[in-house]
Amino acid sequence: MAETVLETAGLTMRFGGVTASDNVDFKLQSRELRCLIGPNGAGKSTFFKCVTGLLTPSEGHVFMRGQEVTGWHPHQIASLGVGIKTQTPNVMDALSVHENIWLAARRFFDVAEARARADDVIERLALGPIARTDLGQLAHGERQRVELGLVAVADPWLVLLDEPAAGMSATDVDRMTTIIHEMTRSAAVVIVEHDMQFIRSIAETVTVFHQGAVLMEDHVDRVMADETVRRVYLGKNA
Amino acid sequence: MTRSATRDVIMTLVVSAILIAVMPMLVGTYTLTVLVIYGMLGLSLGLIWGFGGILCFGQAAFFGLGAYIYAISAINIGESTLPMILAVALTAGFALLLGAMMFYGRLTDVYLGVITLVVTLILFKFINTTAGPQYKIGDARLGGFNGIPGFQTLNVPGDPGAYIWGDALFYVCAVALVIVFLLVTWLLRSSFGRIAVGIRENETRMALMGYDVAARKTVLFAIGAGIAGLAGAFFANWAEIVTPTLFSLGQSAEIIIWCIVGGLGTRLGPIVGAAGLAYLKFMLGQQSMIDNTLIMGLVLVIFVLFLPRGLVPAIGSLWQASVGRTARRRPARRMRRARHG
Repeated sequence: MAETVLETAGLTMRFGGVTASDNVDFKLQSRELRCLIGPNGAGKSTFFKCVTGLLTPSEGHVFMRGQEVTGWHPHQIASLGVGIKTQTPNVMDALSVHENIWLAARRFFDVAEARARADDVIERLALGPIARTDLGQLAHGERQRVELGLVAVADPWLVLLDEPAAGMSATDVDRMTTIIHEMTRSAAVVIVEHDMQFIRSIAETVTVFHQGAVLMEDHVDRVMADETVRRVYLGKNA
Repeated sequence: MTRSATRDVIMTLVVSAILIAVMPMLVGTYTLTVLVIYGMLGLSLGLIWGFGGILCFGQAAFFGLGAYIYAISAINIGESTLPMILAVALTAGFALLLGAMMFYGRLTDVYLGVITLVVTLILFKFINTTAGPQYKIGDARLGGFNGIPGFQTLNVPGDPGAYIWGDALFYVCAVALVIVFLLVTWLLRSSFGRIAVGIRENETRMALMGYDVAARKTVLFAIGAGIAGLAGAFFANWAEIVTPTLFSLGQSAEIIIWCIVGGLGTRLGPIVGAAGLAYLKFMLGQQSMIDNTLIMGLVLVIFVLFLPRGLVPAIGSLWQASVGRTARRRPARRMRRARHG
């Protein structure tokens, strides 16, 4: 049986009177690709932030490779070998593409190795022509791609992506899909996403969130066909 | 990278050797010494603010601490070598504690400014109240608003009778500034420096990549304070007295203005800004037509309006615009270099 790399038990997050994440039990096997979907306010992003350490859950536990990481800081979680991409592009604007990716690699490798790996990732993501350009001058899709590069270069075993396809063109999304599939060769990947077309093209198992809790968890085809999911997601009042 | 680093070092050495040789013919070494010391103080804030994104309103606190620690330990020890080291080490240690408190407490931006400002105020008020004879550390009376005079000034290491003063003090300070400048250059080229710049650009991203942002900011903050402490110790030797005005808010504000006018995010900018504005202030002090704070304010306003990036980056782009037809093919590289000064 495959190793469980990420597990949450009874994860609950309250903001005042609002329960944004409600008793979520979640398990992810190594090298699994999992999509989290749900309507706005379903608690996907809160769940994501609790797992990455950006928020400390009110109750419940988070385990990574069997180790409890509840309440850890983001940098401690990332140091375990977890790659994280937040919802809004989070990059170093005044630095070049190469410097951005080098910084990500330097955390885990020495100077020379980091440079070699940065060059390698730049080639794989076809960022060569803009490698010396500052991030602030790039288009949205390119910035998203660079941020994926930041994640990929550190060679993580768990990748957490919050809305990687948001605001991207069809070509960019295709390229993104390829990169994510490449990542699943060595890492488990969790994708929080809105874009149903993107989900259909990439997903295998899908977890559906609704009002903070897990509504169902199944293969993408069965999830799409499910009446309840269609109702909460598409707002059909059958 | 290494070739450009070597060229950088050689350029620095040649230019500073020329300046050290030529400047004393134009300006008296007594004035030059304090300009060099202010340059070092400007560089200390330029490092943590321009490259670490830490806006410290209390750099004068570290400057004053360095001066006081030097004066107090020089009186007690009677030789200048150890007091110089203590002035740097204890100031950096104090900043390490203060920085750890602020950065692990997740204080950012405006709160950081407020805390560093208040620390400066507390030191200023406290030192001012230490006039009584009960305030003494070893043989050194703190002296309240009168300050501490009559301490052992800089001497040749190991020989307390061989004082370094006048022209010699200028050369020592100037060489110290060159060494500090080269160390800062080396630091910024190292992984630590590049990571610090990454943190300046985006703390969240650097944390999500696994960097302990709080620890790194604390260390950088302490390094900046150590440089300010060294400048303070030299200042004590130059003035031969330390007074509470070293901790004044006016002094703190001036350091920030030096950085803005000279050019933030460059190594040279804060030094040029500090020496230039301090010299301007010195010249203005010799006339009584117009109040010199008025002129200083005017200079700041003009710079913020017309040269918001500061003097050094502006001259840099001007130079590149006139030389730079051939360089235009690689705009990205050009911009990067301009930013790193």
